[in-house]
Amino acid sequence: MNLNMQWTWFHRLGSPRWFYQKTQRWLPWLSLLTLSLLITGIVWGLAFAPEDAKQGNSFRIIYVHVPASVVALAGYYIMAIAGAVGLIWRIKLSYMLMRSAAPIGAALTFIALVTGAIWGKPTWGAYWVWDARITSMLILLFLYLGVMALRHAYSSHEAADKASAILGLVGMVNVPIIYKSVDWWQTLHQPATIKFTGAPSMHPDMFLPLVVMIVGFYAFYAVTLMLFTRAEILRREYRASWVKQLVSEKLVEK
Amino acid sequence: MHNYLSAGFIAYLTRDLLLGVRNKTDLVKPLIFFLLVSALVPLSIAPEAERLAQLAPGMIWIFAVLATLLSVERLFSDDLQDGSLEQMLMSPNLLIMPILGKITAHWVMIGLPLTLLSPVLGVWFSLPTVAVTPMMLSLAIGTAVLCLIGAVGAALTLPRQGGVLLALLVMPLYMPVLIFGSATIQSAVDGLDWTAPLVILVALLAIAIALCPLAINAGLRLAKNG
Amino acid sequence: MAATNILKIENLSFERNDALLFEPVSFELNSGEALHIEGANGAGKTTLFQLLIKLLEPCTGDVYFRGQHLSQCHFEYLSDILFIGHQSAVKAALTVEENLSWMSPDGTSTEKITAALQFVGLEHYASIPCYRLSAGQHRRVALARLMTTSATLWYLDEPFAALDKQGVGFIENCMQQHLDQGGCIVFSSHQDLVKIAARSYRLNPLREVV
Repeated sequence: MNLNMQWTWFHRLGSPRWFYQKTQRWLPWLSLLTLSLLITGIVWGLAFAPEDAKQGNSFRIIYVHVPASVVALAGYYIMAIAGAVGLIWRIKLSYMLMRSAAPIGAALTFIALVTGAIWGKPTWGAYWVWDARITSMLILLFLYLGVMALRHAYSSHEAADKASAILGLVGMVNVPIIYKSVDWWQTLHQPATIKFTGAPSMHPDMFLPLVVMIVGFYAFYAVTLMLFTRAEILRREYRASWVKQLVSEKLVEK
Repeated sequence: MHNYLSAGFIAYLTRDLLLGVRNKTDLVKPLIFFLLVSALVPLSIAPEAERLAQLAPGMIWIFAVLATLLSVERLFSDDLQDGSLEQMLMSPNLLIMPILGKITAHWVMIGLPLTLLSPVLGVWFSLPTVAVTPMMLSLAIGTAVLCLIGAVGAALTLPRQGGVLLALLVMPLYMPVLIFGSATIQSAVDGLDWTAPLVILVALLAIAIALCPLAINAGLRLAKNG
Repeated sequence: MAATNILKIENLSFERNDALLFEPVSFELNSGEALHIEGANGAGKTTLFQLLIKLLEPCTGDVYFRGQHLSQCHFEYLSDILFIGHQSAVKAALTVEENLSWMSPDGTSTEKITAALQFVGLEHYASIPCYRLSAGQHRRVALARLMTTSATLWYLDEPFAALDKQGVGFIENCMQQHLDQGGCIVFSSHQDLVKIAARSYRLNPLREVV
């Protein structure tokens, strides 16, 4: 605790008020960037990228599916690391970020699963196959739901934060183990036909819009995370004088 | 120092074993559950030896997972209710040893009997005799991992001992054990080398012994704050 | 005999759901002294005990044990305290004697355990499983630990709850003896004590009514 006192920037970074005020300024720009990236990526990917030789137009769903999966997986690590930072340095803001990251990540995982199923029907002839990636995504969804559900086991949110952070860390250790074991299991049981080629072998005309979409999804993730965290800050800090002042200002405006 | 380390382990191991012996019904319940659900399989699928033998590796492992999940819930809850958890957490020594002692006792009372009972299931499901040894080895090691992971979930869900919540937390983490556990039996049935998946189970056990007590320790300390 | 300082608490506070539970606590305790923590139900007495036995992490504040900051002497502190809480930590399936010897320090002799059971009036129950005892007898089993422990600093949360008059008398004797030997006691109780001279400390709750 005494050590942290010297790191004033670190403490400022951990202040919910500082975060709230900074994001107020960042959000419009970041939202604009997100919107332009997503629109560019979608239009480019759906209208201008060439058709796939085998799959025809149905492959275009990857412009939603792949970014959602990538950010959903990264989101779990973001959540777990935010929790770990909270546990180690006891920063409230970090717990708030962790709490906000869980539903966003779960939603993205869900989108990835649904788009994967829709894509699977024309490609493999079935909505669901027990492919390594799909199975891992399903388990990831359960890991997210577990973190979200565990909160309600505690009546004190300090304890709930710590418990979620511990579970997040346990999950983080497990995600690679789960992925590897599911991968190994899948090679044991499934014929190799389902394996699809990796992204780098894609034609640049197809690949570039995908990159734009992935960056766009990351930006979208950042925007939603900020919005969720801001709401969380107001919910938890409602006793703080700056929040009370903010509320009275809003009331005067009306 | 060495004495301090082992003392906590042995003290909690022997006490929990003694408590288990005194409450025999609690011990027997998961085992009866294990046998009962197994008896449902032939009834719901088909009593044909071939089909049963095909399903056996997976089925045996699913039942083992369910039986450990049922029992692990009570690992810390009795201690929380009667106040002995507070006394354990107050110990000046490393808490890891009492925790490992309790989990070992739990394994001796749940995992080991399941392992010893499993040949019965092997007979019921017409499992080839070559697969019996790998099955027992995989169950013995695998249930130990399940106990350790399950204890993490039990510690974190202590304030609200919700069976469903515990299952939600723990089941995804059980996947690797389930995969390599049933793969050990399957490989033996198929006449392949079954030591490879078994060795991975041992590796998982090593990781679980190293990391789970840390998470359990942190989780138990939150229970009082719930 | 110059009294040595055993425990010093400075500004100890605890937050739950971002609200302080009680006014920050400060007190000092010298050897041979007892401190009675007073406060209405829900004032946070049990939470304070849990902070003192390191079950909960305080939000602010420092604890000094024998003049040393607690972060410097964690092991020594925890080895030298005894806590008996609301729950007796008595295992219903074990016998009275098994419970007591489990809860006593390693290597406590059987004579000492028998003597402790005699002191709380349970000598005829030694080999009886605890589920057959009454609530008050449960409490006596837990409090028999006071006779076998080697700890200097005792934390007793409502030690007299469920005890009859005779039981209270036994425990008061035991506490007095401990104080005479230079020990320290921090306790909470809703009953007035006849024998023990203790300072009181009032715990003021701060919980907001939402």
